[in-house]
Amino acid sequence: MANTPAEYIQHHLQNLVYGAHPEKGWVIAQTPEDVKAMGFWAVHVDTMGWSLFMGLIFLFIFRLAAKKATTGTPGGLQNMAEMCIEFVQGIVKDTFHGRNPVVAPLALTIFVWVFLMNSLKWIPVDYIPGLASVLGLPYFKIVPTADPNGTFGISLGVFILIIFYSIKVKGLGGFTKELSFTPFNHWALIPFNLFLEIIGLLTKPLSLALRLFGNMYAGEVVFILIALLPFYIQFGLNVPWAIFHILVIPLQAFIFMVLTVVYLSAAHEDHH
Amino acid sequence: MNINLTLFGQTIAFAIFVWFCMKYVWPPLTGAMQERQKKIAEGLDAAGRAEHDLQLAQERAAQLLRESKEQAAAIIDRANKTANSIVEEAKAQARTEGEKLIAGAKAEIDLEVNRAKDQLRAQVAALAVAGAEKILESSVDGSAHNDLVAKLASQL
Repeated sequence: MANTPAEYIQHHLQNLVYGAHPEKGWVIAQTPEDVKAMGFWAVHVDTMGWSLFMGLIFLFIFRLAAKKATTGTPGGLQNMAEMCIEFVQGIVKDTFHGRNPVVAPLALTIFVWVFLMNSLKWIPVDYIPGLASVLGLPYFKIVPTADPNGTFGISLGVFILIIFYSIKVKGLGGFTKELSFTPFNHWALIPFNLFLEIIGLLTKPLSLALRLFGNMYAGEVVFILIALLPFYIQFGLNVPWAIFHILVIPLQAFIFMVLTVVYLSAAHEDHH
Repeated sequence: MNINLTLFGQTIAFAIFVWFCMKYVWPPLTGAMQERQKKIAEGLDAAGRAEHDLQLAQERAAQLLRESKEQAAAIIDRANKTANSIVEEAKAQARTEGEKLIAGAKAEIDLEVNRAKDQLRAQVAALAVAGAEKILESSVDGSAHNDLVAKLASQL
């Protein structure tokens, strides 16, 4: 473990990386230098593991509810699942004006999955890394949404869907035309329009990913900073901050979901 | 904070989760919800109909009750009338019967009286003849004087 506060913070913000080291081959990175040397050909084992775990929890719970779904009086589990579904359905109905069977399940997946990943923040910052170091792992960072790979991974999926549905609804020509002739409908301004629209298009996944990542990362840093304080102060600060996250965690999941629905709705709208 | 393969791993995981949710989670749950919604709507509908039916039935029951009360009253009325008429008839019959009996008795009495009178007359005639025989000390020819005796007897 780390000795100085700076090392402690750095240690807690470093993912467990398994990658192709130019000299050592496929290994777990032991130092930040190893990580740097691995470059792109590496995987954040903790991010992947925890996000998969959380996703499987989501699917397991909801699949269980779906299997036992009854049209009669629903039980507690089904009530919970139906509450989530109704909430998501309401938002999709209000925001999304096309007919697409993918959007609502997509929104539900995003909402619950991101919520579950965010909720890992409630686990005290030293517990899991401490356990990991006992097991001989140099680093461990459990919140997948505080890793840009995690959030960009989801927003990349959303971005692909935006492009896919834009082309599917408007056709390749229509989509190109929309990019070329808005906001200024004149042939001389096509380059300018293209520049604006492509920036606008790229901003969507970027804003999705960076908002979630920024919020979770900042919250994480504050938790780590609080953990550096003497234990008798920690409690006084940690508890309010954790309680504050009762608001932040669902809110960020909710924002991610709503923006995804809004972006997909825009992709379905044909202006011509 | 470096971007690496995790990015694509996450995207693939995301795609699989969405696919699974779309295929195996969303349809059964929303299906159940819609089904229940339909059932509730039907139930409410049925309740409304039942209420309406109940109202109709109550109205009909009230009407039937009223009608049957009227009928009962009419029947009682008729029964009373028949009873009265039967009593009256019986009374009349009894009266005529009585009168008949009285008349019969009277006729019998008259008959008896007449017979007694006839007997008396005959006896008186005989007595008168006998008395006259005794007074005259001679026999009176019965047949000769039959007219006389008969005249006498009819005057009695």
